[in-house]
Amino acid sequence: MDFGLSEEQELIRDSFQGTLSRISDLDTVRQTAEAGASMDKSIWGELCALGMAGLLIGEDYGGAGLNLLEAAVVAEELGRRVTPVPFVASAVMAPLAIGLGGDEEQRREWLPGMADGSLRLGVAVSEAAAGAREDASVTAASKGNDNVLNGRALFVLDGAGADAYVVADGTGGLHLVRAGESGLDTVDLKTIDRTRAITELRFDNTPAEPLRQGDGVLQTIIDAGRVTLAADSLGAGEVMLQQAVDYAAERKQFGRPIASFQAVKHMCAEMASELQPCRALVWYGAYTMEHDPGGLSLAAAFAKSHVDEVGRFVARTATEVHGGMGFTDLMGLHYWFKRLGVNRAYLGSPERVRAEAARLQGFAA
Amino acid sequence: MDLNDQTEHKVFREEVRTFLDGNKHLAPGESAFSFRMRPRNLAEDVRRWQGLLVDHGLTSRTIPKAYGGYGADVDILKSRIIADEFFAANVIQGLGNQGISMLVPTMLEHGTEEQKQRYIRPTIRSEIVWCQGYSEPNAGSDLASLTTSATEDGDDFIINGQKIWTSGAHIAEMIFCLVRTEPDAPKHEGISYIVFPMDTPGIEVRPLQTMTGSPSFNEVFFTDVRVPMANVVGNRGQGWVVANSTLKHERGLLGDANRSLDSLLRVRKLLQNESLDGRPLMENPLFRDRFIRLQARVQAMRLHEMRMITEAGKGKGRGLGDMVVKLLGCELNHQLDGLGIDILGEIGVLYDDSPLLRDGGAWQANFMFDLGLIIGGGTAQIQKNIISERGLGMPREPKVAQA
Repeated sequence: MDFGLSEEQELIRDSFQGTLSRISDLDTVRQTAEAGASMDKSIWGELCALGMAGLLIGEDYGGAGLNLLEAAVVAEELGRRVTPVPFVASAVMAPLAIGLGGDEEQRREWLPGMADGSLRLGVAVSEAAAGAREDASVTAASKGNDNVLNGRALFVLDGAGADAYVVADGTGGLHLVRAGESGLDTVDLKTIDRTRAITELRFDNTPAEPLRQGDGVLQTIIDAGRVTLAADSLGAGEVMLQQAVDYAAERKQFGRPIASFQAVKHMCAEMASELQPCRALVWYGAYTMEHDPGGLSLAAAFAKSHVDEVGRFVARTATEVHGGMGFTDLMGLHYWFKRLGVNRAYLGSPERVRAEAARLQGFAA
Repeated sequence: MDLNDQTEHKVFREEVRTFLDGNKHLAPGESAFSFRMRPRNLAEDVRRWQGLLVDHGLTSRTIPKAYGGYGADVDILKSRIIADEFFAANVIQGLGNQGISMLVPTMLEHGTEEQKQRYIRPTIRSEIVWCQGYSEPNAGSDLASLTTSATEDGDDFIINGQKIWTSGAHIAEMIFCLVRTEPDAPKHEGISYIVFPMDTPGIEVRPLQTMTGSPSFNEVFFTDVRVPMANVVGNRGQGWVVANSTLKHERGLLGDANRSLDSLLRVRKLLQNESLDGRPLMENPLFRDRFIRLQARVQAMRLHEMRMITEAGKGKGRGLGDMVVKLLGCELNHQLDGLGIDILGEIGVLYDDSPLLRDGGAWQANFMFDLGLIIGGGTAQIQKNIISERGLGMPREPKVAQA
């Protein structure tokens, strides 16, 4: 048994860590977020040069042919740097949707462009993953020789500026919709987290191309997305803890660093304790996709729901350790706070995901 | 990452299964769940079982042959396989009492050749049962301020003072004990680690009644107890260093993910078997949510343990990941017990020989006993100090100036 990263995986982590520390500093994040851009094109370009967009795309289609564990390793680094680039939908869920659900023609058409980063896809599965808000629902129908979509999909991940969308209909079928298609309206939804974008899609007899081998793929991409979000939260949480520890060492009150007060130390110890086992949950969730596909949904549910809870605890506690400074914009700590908050809500809140975990084990109808 | 057994471990797992198939009928009947509730009852069948496990290298595996062990190389994965297979077969493992888990590793590290020859073999076979004389009424979390004194008299020490929270002192044959041998030295440098028989004249054991209703620990009083100086383990005055190596072993012992999994499976059984208004409690979404929450935590601890085992196997030293295990594991166990009690509702408050009692009253007993484990072996607060100071590099609380 070896429950750890391989040398190759450590190399991937180190190369992303090195590049991100150079290109995704807080000033850059802040500029992107304040401009309302939700994505930094130069960061995206550099990370695509490192192979980020093609991690999960087969070598035959210009990708690296790696697995979800490598994607989780990268997601953790992106979470650490609150990097403003699309990843969970564009680099994980959409490539898996087309790689697993597309036929050969569809894979040939889409995957090479996605692998080099020239094509970016959003993913509209929120209704299936988290439940439907408002009256959101999508139905597919035949109109002549065409397949069309009607309805509304909310909270489309990585939707802003996407070249196309992977859209789930109400029966679990997956479809590709190109940006600018007739009968398609997009509404960008501003979120509290300015480092990633979400969008609403409105369909009115919008032409869509079904993924021809899409049965069962929807749940797989949701599971993969959940593991990826958990990995992102793990990275973000680890950084918040480190920032709290560093700040407590610098900040002096009553003539000594606040890090020497047990009240502060115990807050940090609790954060560290909660975070430590999260890594194993995330890695295991990612590992199951390749090695125990039947166990993926449950492992992803545990990883997502548990890391969500730990993420909220760490976001709040680390901010509190910073005192008033944590509340200011000056420290920028809030970028991590918000990232964790959004990760928690995406693709199923902890309560929703735990209910799924109960159903998966036959504990509930 | 590869969670499958490699060939050697696959073979080893088969060997363990074969042993269990052939011998599990000899195992003492009590499962670990009820066993926990009272002091280890060292009936003859328990000792025989322990001896059989030692002979087959299924406990005390890595203790050198010269001292009665199996002499295997350290292979943390094999230890894990043994634990998992015994757990799966619902057979109690080798004993993990304080002599085996704490004294033996300490003696291997610090003892003289004569001490090792004399004590290790009978200890791992449970022919000698030990208790630990550390805490005193005024030296708990601040253990180094202990005052039990040992004064020289010829080749002996004369020991006077009092210990408290001494688990199993009423059934132990031997004690490993911290005493102050150099009263003028700084507090951490004046302590010695010494071992002696519990039937030495001048020792009085008074059981302390606990909240669980069964006495599991004691007060121990020493009045002019004469112990040869040769019974000191490690160097005289170095007892603090020796004791810390023991505490390290104790902390590892307390957070066992299989123990949590065992409780979790029992909670699941309760949810499926107990009903309210005629419906199984598993149908109640609030209880179900609490269960899944804890299930994720148990899963996290089990996987975390695998990650730590892998890191240890790669020669990485003890780090933050190891330091959090006692704190998290003990808290998790207590939460599982609490959920068990809540599922049982009014039935959960029954105790002793009450009709309708479930699992022999184990849920209430464990809910109390496991709170004891949160406190014992270094309180949760002391664990947090260790995690923040040694794990996160945060400074110690400044010492208060002496008045």
